Amino acid sequence: MDLNIIWFILVGVLFTGYAMLDGFDLGVGALHLFVRKDEDRRVFLNAIGPVWDGNEVWLVTGGGALFAAFPMVYATVFSGFYLPFMALLAALIFRAVAIEFRSKEDWRWWRQMWDLGFSVGSIVSGLLIGVVMGNILQGIKLDERGEYVGGFYALLNPYALLLGATTVAIFTMHGAIYLVMKTEGALQARVRGWVNRAIGIFLAFYIVLNVATLVFAPHLLDIVRARPWLLAVFALNVLIVLNIPRENHKGNEFRAFLSSCAAMATLMMLFGLTVFPNMLLSMPDPEYSLTIYNAASTPKTHFIMLVIAIIGIPIVLAYTASVYYIFRGKVKITPHSY
Amino acid sequence: MLDVEILSRIQFAFTIMFHYIYPPLSIGLGVILVIMEAMWLRTGNVRYHNMARYWTRVFGLTFAIGVATGIVMEFEFGTNWATYSRFVGDVFGSALAAEGIFAFFLESGFLAILLFGWNKVGPKMHFFATVMVCLGAHFSAVWIVVANSWMQTPAGFSIEYRGEIMPPGFVPNADQIMHSRAVIHDFWAMVFNPSSMDRLSHVLVGCWQAGAFLVISISAFYLLRGRHREFAMSSLKIALVVAAIASLLQLATGAKSADGVTKNQPLKLAAMEGLFKTQDWAPMGVVGWVDMEKEKVYGLQIPGMLSVLVGNSPSTVVTGLDAFPREDWPQVQAIYQFYHLMIGIGMALIGIAWLGMLMWWKGWLFDLHKPLVRLYYVILVLSVLGPQIANQAGWFTAEMGRQPWIVYGLMRTSQGLSAVVTANHVLASLIMFAFIYTLLFAVFVYLLTRKIQKGPDHEEDSEEMPPSWIAMMERRQARAAARGK
Repeated sequence: MDLNIIWFILVGVLFTGYAMLDGFDLGVGALHLFVRKDEDRRVFLNAIGPVWDGNEVWLVTGGGALFAAFPMVYATVFSGFYLPFMALLAALIFRAVAIEFRSKEDWRWWRQMWDLGFSVGSIVSGLLIGVVMGNILQGIKLDERGEYVGGFYALLNPYALLLGATTVAIFTMHGAIYLVMKTEGALQARVRGWVNRAIGIFLAFYIVLNVATLVFAPHLLDIVRARPWLLAVFALNVLIVLNIPRENHKGNEFRAFLSSCAAMATLMMLFGLTVFPNMLLSMPDPEYSLTIYNAASTPKTHFIMLVIAIIGIPIVLAYTASVYYIFRGKVKITPHSY
Repeated sequence: MLDVEILSRIQFAFTIMFHYIYPPLSIGLGVILVIMEAMWLRTGNVRYHNMARYWTRVFGLTFAIGVATGIVMEFEFGTNWATYSRFVGDVFGSALAAEGIFAFFLESGFLAILLFGWNKVGPKMHFFATVMVCLGAHFSAVWIVVANSWMQTPAGFSIEYRGEIMPPGFVPNADQIMHSRAVIHDFWAMVFNPSSMDRLSHVLVGCWQAGAFLVISISAFYLLRGRHREFAMSSLKIALVVAAIASLLQLATGAKSADGVTKNQPLKLAAMEGLFKTQDWAPMGVVGWVDMEKEKVYGLQIPGMLSVLVGNSPSTVVTGLDAFPREDWPQVQAIYQFYHLMIGIGMALIGIAWLGMLMWWKGWLFDLHKPLVRLYYVILVLSVLGPQIANQAGWFTAEMGRQPWIVYGLMRTSQGLSAVVTANHVLASLIMFAFIYTLLFAVFVYLLTRKIQKGPDHEEDSEEMPPSWIAMMERRQARAAARGK
């Protein structure tokens, strides 16, 4: 195993961490407008209040690691997908400040404005992240310099949009399960009812997505033929997803949440194992693809970063876990809550 | 017509300027929060607890906007400056990755405890979290200033062209740049490049000033209005001490930075002082106007002072703009003005802070019935703008002074752009940012004003404090009283 593979995995781990953590708070955002009572909305916001910005750091660090480990990929994706990334920034900004600003005033219009900003921002963030992943799975048009030359509208193709919607669905499911852990009483009963519906919607999208893959990304089929063990990962993923309603039914919301995290992780694994060793597949000219080798930094940089990661990541995991432990349990609203 | 280059530069400048209102406040307020909580732990006086609580709420507001606008900066390297990102990724990336892992996680993880942990953890753990947030904020400055300094004074790297390492001194031309990149060969030489430590100290002290003068300004406002007297007096004293120390330190780090610029970027120094001719008895400007056509500076100057600062003697020859080809000159007028604005404000801040210390020592600081003292307080209320403007002006000097290079002496700004991004795209995103940031700034100012109007919780009001904290506080007070006897 060389450093390029290690960094491919580590970048994947960072983005998986992002999906598992920010995934639930984006999902809470998607569900935010489904409760009407102000008190319930505050419970939702405070359920993610202490942790959302730590969660977003996974995206920042994932982006930084991509920049450092595979600068060519970082540069091509971010410049090639210019407008979607700008829209993603707008969405992330709105939802972030909406959390902070919303409960600072009592006026109806004020709260409704920021509620809308929080919810739409969360949904659009999930959608755009999915659209970017959809394009990467499907392959994008690169030239001989490794620059994206497909244009803006090509990015908004049906397959990418479908993956975008699927991403919103899985985040929503994840968020609903998280909310079951953080709420109590009548609100919890309501949210618990949402979980199964959210799982159903996600599964529907997931099935459609797999069928669409056969139509829009037939090259992935060749990869599956060459790597039949991908089907085992796929089967594992489906089993894990089906375990979520089971745990939810039994009232083990924490296990349901862990299953949902594992579902994200297996999906990301599936994604990584499918595209490997490409990071950006070039279609229709596969020889221009950016791989973990031709898009990488030098081994020296990979090594330095590995040292940084080996020192840093255990510390990060330790205090992230402590923070989640300290803020475990049901949400209590106080005068200085969001 | 506006082209991609100028639009991308405007967008980066606009988004970084807006972002840079907030991190200095977080870093500076972080230091002050650490001091307040330490004093609370030491004395058990509930006033310090209420102070820490109140300033934490202000901190939370600035921090949230800092996070939201910070992601933009990381994305923009890739979206607008893709060729630059490919060129520097190998060198610059490890600093950015270290920033994410060491600084941002630390900051945001412990921020949860700082903001929401008052009733969840004990006082010592809370203090520890505050220290960690403060430390994380400082770390984040470390790595980004290291990366930026590398762009000013690149070190520890080689240039690779089409997979081959080139001899030192090789500068890729416009055709070669797409196939070139900087690769690291000495990590520590990159981190400790010639300007990084000078600039880091200057940046951090500027942040302390920003935080201290925010606290000074709000406290002075309360005292002028006669509200929250005890609270405001204690806050003002702490912030005044930080401001007094930081303002003097800033003079030292500034001198050190200027010294570094003289050695490493003589062209930038010449532009900062509007020195057209290489000469001895080089003057230092106080205020002035640069006439680019006649190549002269009109204004108040101290003759020979620049030569003295550069070489300890007025006969030291200082390199002027004439030593460099004109196409490599940055915008002299703007740099001259920003630089002198920064210095002017820096000096004024020293004056304001030390005047306050003098008044404190003489016992006049809180004589608010005297008109002159009230006038001083009006200045204190306005002083919050000083570090903000000086910080921005300083960054303008540093970054405009680096032009026309994006990496000094290696890569021109025009060569760093994204090849596939069009002017219309950038115009669209620039309009979007203008809209969003105007809204954000208006809401920020409004909410900050509201927080100031609402003020801290009353001194005797300790209902927020959990019983275990109150018990601890009483023990501390008893111990402090015993020490007093």
